[in-house]
Amino acid sequence: MLIKCPYCGTRPVEEFTFNGDASLQRPTSNDPKTMDQWFDYVYLRDNPKGRFDEYVHHSGGCRAWLVITRDTQTHEVFGVVTARDYAKKRAKA
Amino acid sequence: MKYSAFSLLKNTLSGHKKWPPAWRDPHPKKDYDVIIIGGGGHGLATAYYLAKMHGISNVAVLEKSWLGSGNVGRNTTIIRSNYMLPGNNPFYEWSMKLWEGMEQDFNFNAMVSQRGVLNLCHSDPQRDAFARRGNAMRIDGVDAELLDTEAVRDMYPFLDFNNARFPIRGGILQRRGGTVRHDAVAWGYARGADRRGVDIIQNCEVTGIKTAKGKVVGVQTNRGFIGCKKLGLAAAGNSSEVAAMAGLKLPIESHVLQAFVSEGLKPYIDGVVTFGAGHFYVSQSDKGGLVFGGDIDGYNSYARRGNLPMVEHVIEAGVAMIPGLARVRVLRSWGGIMDMSMDGSPIIDKTPIDGLYLNAGWCYGGFKATPASGWCFAHTIANDAPHKLNAAYRLDRFRRGYMIDEKGQGASPNLH
Repeated sequence: MLIKCPYCGTRPVEEFTFNGDASLQRPTSNDPKTMDQWFDYVYLRDNPKGRFDEYVHHSGGCRAWLVITRDTQTHEVFGVVTARDYAKKRAKA
Repeated sequence: MKYSAFSLLKNTLSGHKKWPPAWRDPHPKKDYDVIIIGGGGHGLATAYYLAKMHGISNVAVLEKSWLGSGNVGRNTTIIRSNYMLPGNNPFYEWSMKLWEGMEQDFNFNAMVSQRGVLNLCHSDPQRDAFARRGNAMRIDGVDAELLDTEAVRDMYPFLDFNNARFPIRGGILQRRGGTVRHDAVAWGYARGADRRGVDIIQNCEVTGIKTAKGKVVGVQTNRGFIGCKKLGLAAAGNSSEVAAMAGLKLPIESHVLQAFVSEGLKPYIDGVVTFGAGHFYVSQSDKGGLVFGGDIDGYNSYARRGNLPMVEHVIEAGVAMIPGLARVRVLRSWGGIMDMSMDGSPIIDKTPIDGLYLNAGWCYGGFKATPASGWCFAHTIANDAPHKLNAAYRLDRFRRGYMIDEKGQGASPNLH
């Protein structure tokens, strides 16, 4: 698997550390009544077979946090953006 | 037909042309009392024990591909009951006892070989941790021995005892642990279930789960709708996909684990040896090939193959532990889909839906659990309540704060 880091260019997969589903929405409330939202966020996963947005850390390179869109069945990489750009795009939507 | 020396002789005399099929290939009926989704080790074991222990034989096992094509045919064959936590080891020890009686029980040679499982340790704190785990095992009546360097050298003199980074300080040994021929487990349980009236339906993929008023009524498949009163999910790495058909979201991520076999060598690795610090474990099959592996690749995957960096990492760890491995040729590598759970421990439980039962979250440790998983899941389905041995494997334990986290890594599936 080759991954095109926006800063470093195309790099092999061993330079990266994966950290799971980027599409999760972190709850913002500390109200105990929102415990279900926190439970969902911490423990439950869609775990899709197919297109998947995941957080990836370029730990062996520039150390930027990225979001990779990848097919979990074929490992085809559709796009790589910085985590900041992913968050900005989601805030706009 | 019972396999025996007599049946072997009889069939030899007729040129081995009259052996009956090991299991039938029936068309699915319109409905069953119980349907199990997943014809892997756990699904087949569940059907076997439903018929044998509970007299429930109006059962269908639905397997989307051919029997044994999933993880039951892809694992590295190790059996052991050397877990530490109270919710865990009694379950695995029951599995070990079932392994010990299995071949006589289901009349099939599964090559159960209790050749010993040795975990190496490399520092004083690690040895202390092993002593703690060994004592936890012994409290549950399970065999465990703490070895020093010389005792390990006696067993495996070819290990690198001069390794500067990971000197071998000793290890923890479970002599009753070992290996089993994985395909035979699938075949033995399939044949045993079939002989007791269970229908094993291959090439039957479930595409939907139908419920009415909060209760399971049946499944949509690529071979039509099949009704049932009770439905057990045993789909391993595909659990999230199947559970979603019933509207359930699981605390599971699917990851790839790679495994390897080397060229055939004369026998020299007599048991299972693991180098936990380096993520490497190995045993030698009766054909002579070394069967070995390491950690998961680390990213979500359904591809059943991994990437080269992990191949290099596993083999580097192997050569660090056994320098002589450097000259051995790797014959074959493959991957499987691991249902990694949020605490590294499995789920065998009812679900919020009436008549729907879940068996999932085995991470990379499902093979050794096959007998007890089938046994406990059959009990849970038959009685609509868990057995004492799987009582801690509840789906709601994450919500309630009762995780069973052997590694202490928290809610990160790829770290378990």
